[in-house]
Amino acid sequence: MKIVVCVKQIQNPEIPPVQFRIDEEAKVLIPVSGLSPVLSPYDEQAIEAALRIRDEAGKDSDIEITIVTIAAKGARAVIKAALALGADNAVLLSEPTFDGSGGYVTAHNLAETIRALGEVDLILTGRQAADWDAGVVGLGIAEILDIPAITFACDVQVADSVVTVKRILEDGIETVEANLPALVTISNELGKVRYASMRETMRAAKKPIKEWMPEDIGLDEAQVGSSAMRYELERLYIPVNDTECEFIGGDTPAEIAATLAQHLRAAQLI
Amino acid sequence: MTESNNGVLVVVEMLDSQPIDLGLEMLGLARRLADSSGGTVTAVAFGTGLETTGELLSAYGADQVLINDHEIFANFHAEAWLPDLSKIVVEVAPALVLIGHSLSGTDLAPRLAYRLDVDVATGCESIDIVNGRPHMTRSCFGGLAREVVTFNKTPAVATIRSKTQEPLTQMMERVGEVQQVNSILDVNSIRTRVIKREREKADGVKLESAKIVIGGGLGLGGPEGFDTLNEIAALVDGAVGASRAACDLDWCPRSYQIGLTGRTVAPELYLAVGISGASHHMAGCGNSKTIVSINSDPDAAIFKSSSFGIVGNSQEIMPALVEEIRKLKA
Ligand SMILES: Cc1cc2nc3c(=O)[nH]c(=O)nc-3n(C[C@H](O)[C@H](O)[C@H](O)COP(=O)(O)OP(=O)(O)OC[C@H]3O[C@@H](n4cnc5c(N)ncnc54)[C@H](O)[C@@H]3O)c2cc1C
Repeated sequence: MKIVVCVKQIQNPEIPPVQFRIDEEAKVLIPVSGLSPVLSPYDEQAIEAALRIRDEAGKDSDIEITIVTIAAKGARAVIKAALALGADNAVLLSEPTFDGSGGYVTAHNLAETIRALGEVDLILTGRQAADWDAGVVGLGIAEILDIPAITFACDVQVADSVVTVKRILEDGIETVEANLPALVTISNELGKVRYASMRETMRAAKKPIKEWMPEDIGLDEAQVGSSAMRYELERLYIPVNDTECEFIGGDTPAEIAATLAQHLRAAQLI
Repeated sequence: MTESNNGVLVVVEMLDSQPIDLGLEMLGLARRLADSSGGTVTAVAFGTGLETTGELLSAYGADQVLINDHEIFANFHAEAWLPDLSKIVVEVAPALVLIGHSLSGTDLAPRLAYRLDVDVATGCESIDIVNGRPHMTRSCFGGLAREVVTFNKTPAVATIRSKTQEPLTQMMERVGEVQQVNSILDVNSIRTRVIKREREKADGVKLESAKIVIGGGLGLGGPEGFDTLNEIAALVDGAVGASRAACDLDWCPRSYQIGLTGRTVAPELYLAVGISGASHHMAGCGNSKTIVSINSDPDAAIFKSSSFGIVGNSQEIMPALVEEIRKLKA
């Protein structure tokens, strides 16, 4: 069985807000210097979901896990990270204009990359990339490839060519299944991811990484980058927050609580 | 596709045969946009027991309401929705399709967009029409930034965040044209099968509609911290939410999560207890009218969004606050 996990390399989404900067003129992120890029956390959990499926199937299983990513200027570091977690091989689609092309184009390009890989049984993606937070690529790939898609998974099991997914609802959990091939998007409720073991990290250096250019998989200029884009970025900015905080003090917790309660009462909030 | 007009189509999510608040909020937005561009507002509702839904959605601003009332639509299922919805959008040919940024809406909207070969902007906070084109403002980078996007193909599909739009006042004398949808759904086209659905019992006030929300984070020190929050919620008729970190540790149910990928609340009062104020969390509560926070770290980011702040240990202050509120309510 072949599992493809689509991943994206992004700037660490947990940096302190003061470090986060944008070039409003050029409408781009100004990367924090000296900070290494990371796998988008939901994608890391998608890799974890794939590894759990393989663990469950046991040592003798024929499960092959392939990492697929698109990047403008290489993404070796995160591909290595993904392989060190236990994926078998990786495909990098090098697309110089990738960063600005948006989810619509990305889904089309990923779908073509996956097609070029031949038979794939299960495609896993994060529920959204933790930079643009759009959450459209996974579902887009499924629509383009015309396969069933199940979103917001917190548990994924595969048996007898059927994928069974527990997915989160606003007020609970739903169990859904589909025949393979299928696509599943992974939510953070999947839980903790493993660390790369020393052994896998050593092995990762020898795992095959294919680097494709768009033309290698039959994508022409009109299908990549700005020429294929459906959207225009009119503006990118950091919102200002001008809330003035009034601190409430006191000598004892009781006094502080009493002052707060009075403030809330005065503001007719309680 | 038919020549598109200036219309706005709103997919109104139904729960127990009633529109959810977000649906009515989007109708408010749709009405304002349509009035400024001279278009019409079409509301679409899928569900069961929708006999009075047409009149109700008209009263909230729809010119035309399309009702798809069938047992199969009792629970949301994207694959069941898509054939009829795609057909409706093609026929109505609006300039803009609004879908709620709920879990259902975020599951539905991208599929619809790709099926129609158009683009989608998820999690929008505002939409303006500039030179006849929708300019959609959405949060990105975990809430740290905003982008404004436009699309070069219609219709534009957008999901709208809860509590970012004002609904109109209900006016039953506002009458729209109500039509039943002739469903083209072939159940054999549905490839995903729902085996089981476990819903948490919702007791007390719903998070989104509560006037007071009390959010707990890791600073509570453990699951017991939520007991005090629940006590206060019971006293003030509020609801309890949480940071993702607290949910991840199972200190509270998953459904408490407020933030980027959790619930969006905008109560009169958001009381943040032991929450650091990460942008991912603020994405779900930043529109609250008043934020009051209790945090032991004077430099905690949450104070930057708070009107009132207390620097202190929540384990000491919260029990005292329960007492004070009890006195006031006595
Ligand atoms: C892609 C992504 C998506 C995310 N989505 C969400 C989301 O939807 N919702 C969400 O909430 N988070 C989300 N997060 C996580 C978010 O970034 C923060 O890590 C999280 O909100 C922190 O939770 P917290 O404030 O409870 O914990 P912490 O950040 O650990 O903060 C605890 C706070 O409690 C204070 N404290 C400690 N002891 C006490 C005490 N005794 N009394 C008072 N205060 C005390 C500390 O000073 C600190 O400020 C996301 C993260 C990522 C990367």
